[in-house]
Amino acid sequence: MQYIPNILFALVFIGAIAFFVKNVKRLARNIKLGKSIDVADNRPKRWNNMLRIAFGQTKMVVRPIPGLLHTIVYVGFIIINIEVLEIVIDGLFGTHRVFAPLGNLYDILIASFEVLAFLVIFAVAVFWIRRNIIKLKRFVKPEMKGWPKKDGNLILYIEMVLMLLFLTMNAADFKLQQLGAEHYVQAGSFPISGHIAFFLDGMGIPTLITIERTAWWLHILGILFFLNYLYYSKHLHILLAFPNTYFGKLGPKGSFKNNDAVTKEVKLMMDPSADPFAAPPEDAPVPEKFGASDVKDLSWLQLLNAYTCTECGRCTSECPANLTGKKLSPRKIMMDTRDRLEEVGKNIEANKSQFVDDGKQLLDDYITREELWACTSCNACVEACPVSIDPLSIIMDMRQFLVMEQSAAPSELNNMMGNIENNGAPWPFNQMDRLNWSQE
Amino acid sequence: MENILKVPTMAELFAKGEQPEVLFWVGCAGSFDDRAKKITKAFVKILNKANVSFAVLGTEESCTGDPAKRAGNEFLFQMQAVTNIEVLNAYGIKKVVTACPHCFNTIKNEYPGLGGNYEVVHHTQFLKQLLEEGRISMQGGKLKGKKITYHDPCYLGRANDVYEAPRDLIKKLDAELVEMKNCRKKGLCCGAGGAQMFKEPEKGHKDINIERTEQALETEPEIIAAACPFCNTMMTDGVKNKEKETAVQVMDIAELIANAEDL
Repeated sequence: MQYIPNILFALVFIGAIAFFVKNVKRLARNIKLGKSIDVADNRPKRWNNMLRIAFGQTKMVVRPIPGLLHTIVYVGFIIINIEVLEIVIDGLFGTHRVFAPLGNLYDILIASFEVLAFLVIFAVAVFWIRRNIIKLKRFVKPEMKGWPKKDGNLILYIEMVLMLLFLTMNAADFKLQQLGAEHYVQAGSFPISGHIAFFLDGMGIPTLITIERTAWWLHILGILFFLNYLYYSKHLHILLAFPNTYFGKLGPKGSFKNNDAVTKEVKLMMDPSADPFAAPPEDAPVPEKFGASDVKDLSWLQLLNAYTCTECGRCTSECPANLTGKKLSPRKIMMDTRDRLEEVGKNIEANKSQFVDDGKQLLDDYITREELWACTSCNACVEACPVSIDPLSIIMDMRQFLVMEQSAAPSELNNMMGNIENNGAPWPFNQMDRLNWSQE
Repeated sequence: MENILKVPTMAELFAKGEQPEVLFWVGCAGSFDDRAKKITKAFVKILNKANVSFAVLGTEESCTGDPAKRAGNEFLFQMQAVTNIEVLNAYGIKKVVTACPHCFNTIKNEYPGLGGNYEVVHHTQFLKQLLEEGRISMQGGKLKGKKITYHDPCYLGRANDVYEAPRDLIKKLDAELVEMKNCRKKGLCCGAGGAQMFKEPEKGHKDINIERTEQALETEPEIIAAACPFCNTMMTDGVKNKEKETAVQVMDIAELIANAEDL
């Protein structure tokens, strides 16, 4: 009988991990729908980027207030995981505070968890106020209606509740230790819960044990729930920020990749020995589609970007098009990409691992042409992103599809391109007049 | 009476068996746009004064393909790129200077993958180098104490991390450099990039160049300094829209230096 809680815990724990692994596999499968790209280059620089940007939070603190608050929550998340390890061991083996023999170090650890938990509660409260009371502009944009808004708040509520449960658990434990209850070893230092423990004054040992056990169980169940909530929310960034910053673009932001499929065509055109009337061999592969109209035309890195986006909206708040009231919002580009990718993923699951055409695509059904043509390619969104997401690359790939596959550029741009083709300048001036300025 | 500009072409030098120190890539705006031509001339005046051995391609130059690529026409871009690269490589060009951040970015970052490898510098970087080497001197003179705000072109700043060369030059002119609320990495676009220069903007509540001009005017400058012919156009239009053109001038860094030196 005494092993029932341990068996129950093991079942819940294994179940939660299994469900999480299942979703990680879905995630990986969806990301792999993207085109392959080469990211094996320049490993030291990539590690450096990950350490600086993801671990070091260097781009978060560009905005000091949310940067500092986020750093608190981030450090809390990392450090408090040590406590989760102890909880899991205790749960599986029926021990209590199994790390207690660490002595002084244990006291320091528990004390720092408590202080962090308190700071996290403070930070999360401020975050909630910024979203719901102050209503910062970037949190109330059109794409933030409905689920994204709920999702944002839900994450804050979960974090708040988890921290409160942690402190309640410690407070009850602290009281039980004072009362010398059996099984409750004298361990840990409780700088925060020690102060709130007066709520529990006068309660007997059985009541306190009930409170301690309830808080303990709810806390670990909450953590396992949160782990599995990640896949369904914008909160995946706590895991994906690391690979995303590692694989993020290196080199100057102004450097847009050259389309290799086009280079092949151009080389062929410039080759004087190529036969202009040659028919392609019968077994020739279907020519590659230029640009992107759906998620499968994007690279896996662009798809990883979409899952990494936590909808903070720093990109959108710096976007010159968005600032001046245009429909374009770089954040929406990322959210749309993810939503469409999820839709494609579900389609694959529903149709025995085979995508069945659903008559929809990323272009038009999610991202409108008006949004795509409003971009000035200024890189403000790319610069603003704290986790190296590149919305601009998706916009450019989609423009490429519009122009090269559909000839659907705005007519003024067609004029501009016609001029370049005919006289080597975007305006209708004769190339032979190019040096006239020197005589004027 | 202005001095006559000395503008040798690559073809002329090649015929004489000479190789210039640097190729000046003028760009389409610098060649054809009336406002930008003044920037081109100002830069050439400085090159002449400093006795820099340079040449232009003249009629052999063609659009780099930047606006085509940003508009989504990768094919047209690459056609432009490979023809330009053939010309540049045939002349054995090693170093390119340009007054247009778009040409600068494209030749520097997107031509290498297509076979064009050159040392590419923006004219503000080049001028700063001339100054450091003592080949030009700057007294400031007329610009002494003038309030100048500098607008970061996206394709020079964020795209290529060149923030300080233009600012250093302004400071050397003894002018008072005042920063806008959005500057350097957070610089706001003028609205021309990504081929927007050639089309009407999408529907919104304001044009981007007006937003940026408002930021510039907040600093109460006498001069808005730019380092890109397209930014120059956008900011000039913005200043006119605000009916401030008599009080505030929009000028390129090269023009500031040429004016200060009475060239």
